[in-house]
Amino acid sequence: MAHAAPAGGSSPTKGTQSAHQVLESPSFKHLVGRRALVSFVGIVLLFITYYGYVVLIGASPQTLAQKIGEYTTLGIPVGVAVIVIAFVLTAAYVVWANQSYDPEVQRLKSELKH
Amino acid sequence: MNLPAAPALLSSLVLGQAPTPTTKIGQTNVTSILFFFLIVVVTLIITYWAAKRTKTSSEFYAAGRSVSALQNGLALAGDYMSAASFLGISGMVALRGYDGMIYATGWLVGWPALMFLIAEPLRNLGKYTFADVVAFRLQQRPVRIAAAIGGITTVLFYTIAQMVGSGSLVKLMFGIPYELAEIIVGAVMLAYVLFGGMLATTWVQIIKAGLLLIGVTLLTVLALAQFNFSPAELYAKVSTSYGQAALQPGGLIKDPVEAVSLGLALMFGLLGLPHILMRFYTVPDAKAARKSVLYATGLIGYFYIIIPIVGFASSVLVSRALISQIDKGGNMASPLLAEFLGGEAFLGFIAAVAFATILAVVAGLTLAGASAYSHDIYVHVIKGGKATEQEEVRAAKIATFVFGIVAVLLGILFKGQNVAFMVGLAFSIAASANFPALLLSITWKGFTTGGAVASILVGVVLSAGMIIVSPTVWVDVFHNKTALIGLKNPCIISMTAAFLAGWLVSLMTPDKAAQEKFEDEKLRTYLGVGAE
Repeated sequence: MAHAAPAGGSSPTKGTQSAHQVLESPSFKHLVGRRALVSFVGIVLLFITYYGYVVLIGASPQTLAQKIGEYTTLGIPVGVAVIVIAFVLTAAYVVWANQSYDPEVQRLKSELKH
Repeated sequence: MNLPAAPALLSSLVLGQAPTPTTKIGQTNVTSILFFFLIVVVTLIITYWAAKRTKTSSEFYAAGRSVSALQNGLALAGDYMSAASFLGISGMVALRGYDGMIYATGWLVGWPALMFLIAEPLRNLGKYTFADVVAFRLQQRPVRIAAAIGGITTVLFYTIAQMVGSGSLVKLMFGIPYELAEIIVGAVMLAYVLFGGMLATTWVQIIKAGLLLIGVTLLTVLALAQFNFSPAELYAKVSTSYGQAALQPGGLIKDPVEAVSLGLALMFGLLGLPHILMRFYTVPDAKAARKSVLYATGLIGYFYIIIPIVGFASSVLVSRALISQIDKGGNMASPLLAEFLGGEAFLGFIAAVAFATILAVVAGLTLAGASAYSHDIYVHVIKGGKATEQEEVRAAKIATFVFGIVAVLLGILFKGQNVAFMVGLAFSIAASANFPALLLSITWKGFTTGGAVASILVGVVLSAGMIIVSPTVWVDVFHNKTALIGLKNPCIISMTAAFLAGWLVSLMTPDKAAQEKFEDEKLRTYLGVGAE
């Protein structure tokens, strides 16, 4: 970018940084990068779970037709597991965001000049 | 939703169990009418309370951003769990067994994707509609017009499916004429939205979600009690009655490409549904938006885990024969099970819950459809972004009224038509037209006005066009012998094409100003600085 922003970010004083200084700071770039990474990993795991399930049914329906009890098929717990994993992924994101993302957002916001 | 009506084939699957239980469905049921009136009275009192708090446009569209994360989570669940998922999926499991369960999983997996990709940036960047986000750093007029086309077509097809479904449902359960049912749904729903705006709509969703979850939980517990609370015993009974085939994947997924295409539509369609996206503006900030997705995912996940149990129990306790005799599509599986387990009183309760479900979903759709016109077209295209508060609220109310009337008329017009494909169409358009433009505008610096317009229009035209010439409409609705294309759900092609169009046209029409604004936008996307 053409802005003459110092490559700040290391030990900044509270509430003194301009918007561009914050945008150019390594910690902001790190924040953006980490959020992209977490989202990407989440999406990949979701895709593996759901499309894996769907493609497995399409390619080899007999796998899920196997009995795991007297009558209960493997497909039933696997179907439930797809839903549970989807929820767990969502919950994991919230835990990450609450513990790691939000404090960093607060810190960067407090550095901004008002 | 896009539930295939039970084909003639199915009757051959029904292993000749004589329908022992009889049913009072279709007769006027005093309990259901009482429950229904109770729900309507309570929601109208809430509407009266909400009306006094709904003066400004922020209050009308976004409940003054005063909704808590838990409330919004419940309301999101309410918006999403339509009568089609409640009645349709339990019916599909009852008549087709395990395949219904595959369907149920597809309805949930959009929620984590919504969380990872859209929820927080949407809350930080937008004001009232998803077009706010797409148009954030682009030229307002062309982008707003394109986004409104995508948004309104999505909402319209979804609404037609809901209205037609509701008319037949209410007729079936309350024994009142189809047209009257349409008018009742339209009038009550208009009262919520017109006077109470988003605040009343939110509370209607919360009440409906609560009733639906309680109703289905009660059904599940009472049904499992018949099998000593052992699902294994239930599955054993299913297997002895209808064969082991009922517990394993059947004919729903034969072709993996088809299955992935449907899966993409279900997953990413959620990320482009205007009435769902709009809910994120009702919470105070991105953190609350995030939490509300988690609540919604938990509630909806729970719902889709227990609904197959209701379906299986219904096939065993009520019998497939009776279920398909009452309604070929199997939509009455849950109400019939309620009647079997708890008599007329429980049937009445479940029927009233189903009716409340329809009212709430149509109210949410109407608000979303109206705001796509009043906020995107009227304010930003006709008025050039300079409408007064009063003008905007008035336009929103007029648009709501018109949309409500149109919904009732379309419901009556499409009476008796096969509209099951329309929810699938709505999801395909949402995934192909609204979602790619939304995602690209949030994540890609090089996205331009031309790219956004191209992406949305390619998405709308391709997904609608391909569904019309697919077996779903060309054969099932127009009764042609063969379809022009084999793919039932076009999403895998139309969504990909929309992304490609957005990318290519953006490369051809570079926009310096939009790129510079992207840097400023980041502060708002990630830190919420300047978010409304």
